[in-house]
Amino acid sequence: MTNKEKYDQVFIESFSITADQLNENLVYQSVQQWDSIGHMGMVAALEEAFDIMMETDDIIDFGSYNKGVELLAKYNVVI
Amino acid sequence: MKSFFKDLEYFSDYIALTTQSEQITYSALIEEIKALSMHIRNRDLVFLICENSIESIVGYLTCLREGYIPLLIGSSIDEILLQNLIKTYKPSYIWTNRDFEWALDEWKTVYKNRSFHLLEKINNFQHIFHEDLAALLMTSGSTGSPILVRLSYENLNQNAISITQSLSITRDDTPITTLPMNYTYGLSIINSHLLNGCEIILTELSIISKEFWDIINTKNVTTFGGVPYTYQMLKRLNFEKLNLGKISKLTQAGGKLDTNLIKYFSEHCFNKGIQFFVMYGQTEATARMSCLPANDSMRKLGSIGLPIAKGEFFLIDEANKIISEPEVVGELYYRGPNVSMGYAYSVEDFKKGDENNGVLATGDMAKKDSDGYYYIVGRKKRFIKIFGNRISLDEIENILLKNYITAVCAGVDDKLLIYTTQESGLNDIRLLISTKIGIHQSAISVNFIPEFPRNESGKILYSKLQVN
Repeated sequence: MTNKEKYDQVFIESFSITADQLNENLVYQSVQQWDSIGHMGMVAALEEAFDIMMETDDIIDFGSYNKGVELLAKYNVVI
Repeated sequence: MKSFFKDLEYFSDYIALTTQSEQITYSALIEEIKALSMHIRNRDLVFLICENSIESIVGYLTCLREGYIPLLIGSSIDEILLQNLIKTYKPSYIWTNRDFEWALDEWKTVYKNRSFHLLEKINNFQHIFHEDLAALLMTSGSTGSPILVRLSYENLNQNAISITQSLSITRDDTPITTLPMNYTYGLSIINSHLLNGCEIILTELSIISKEFWDIINTKNVTTFGGVPYTYQMLKRLNFEKLNLGKISKLTQAGGKLDTNLIKYFSEHCFNKGIQFFVMYGQTEATARMSCLPANDSMRKLGSIGLPIAKGEFFLIDEANKIISEPEVVGELYYRGPNVSMGYAYSVEDFKKGDENNGVLATGDMAKKDSDGYYYIVGRKKRFIKIFGNRISLDEIENILLKNYITAVCAGVDDKLLIYTTQESGLNDIRLLISTKIGIHQSAISVNFIPEFPRNESGKILYSKLQVN
């Protein structure tokens, strides 16, 4: 699986959404399951998928599907 | 006795409520209350669809000051559940910022304040309320048929006063909302700080958002509360390294926090000069019943502490006798002025007076140590707490049954386990329950099981499920 596929899969599974919802409009609280609890689950799933440990600032800054791509680059994960 | 809703005048020019865009004084708050109260006729039932906003606080205090009866409801409530509540309890008014299509015919908007509007029922139902009845809360995790807890004016005020003593709340405390206002613990934080003329920072932001921490640091916030899940998140956010600004007190209630986490927070709070209080409560006791003093949190690790002022715990054994010796487990009972009047299942129950006589059987099993500190060791009934909400496992099974799904439930706090004999559609079951009980799907796991473990008489062996 490519990094992009892994990344997408985490969002689809964490928030029970479909692939067509993966776009710039997917932001924190834009779908029912992306609340604070879903957020922490998504972070944990990304950490596991890419074997990284995210910093606090990045966890609280991770406000959207697009923003995450930018943040993961810091951990040498190129989506 | 001082009252947190009657004596607002006392704090006139102090700041009462602050949001991201606004700040109002106690005097201004009173003016808004007066304006809203002009549009409610008499001691009627008002549904408050709450969020942590000035409008919601205005609605709540208007009811308490003017003798209207509020039912506090979370803003994320499922529409079907809301309609059930309306059918069952027949409110005359709804104070909300939501637009309901079904409301067009039978309701009219009679007043607006910022984003909120007051809907008045055309041809409303005439309730009869007991004179002591002040407010109604939903039992946490209310699912199919919502049961309400009846609180008196005395309940609300006494609990606010006792909590003030346990936590030494003064006007220098500035809380920020981290819990929903319709949730008993969130509400009690608001009540106990209004009693002391504090400035309350109102926000719907979660602790995982950057803006939340910006507010902590710019608005001089000194305190907030959290359920176990809040503290798990704080741990993941590297609490020890977080910039906490002027935070000087943290409280934890809404379920038992893992002992390792209590240790972690006790240590790091101590290092940061923050007082960390573990508390214990239930909606049926207005909110909180006990508090572990911050200096005891390490010495009495895992304890729910001592009863709050004017409260008392006792333990009852299986023969219904009071247990006097330490370290013996029994059901935990609480006696105090904050024990609710009872439940309401229909409008008829609003007439009823106090049915509990100040005594609550908590349903929790506990013991006390030789110093009189209490420890919860288990539960009498089949329920778990998920993100601070009490969930009845039997009720979940009933919901599943109503949806033609044969399943049994087990679980531990923050993890509901559903076992079903059907092989497919497991994820649909997960989403169904998540929606019905308003709990995030990640706390629910649905598993296939070829057959349910039963004893000889056919009774489900729940203990066998938990092991799997």
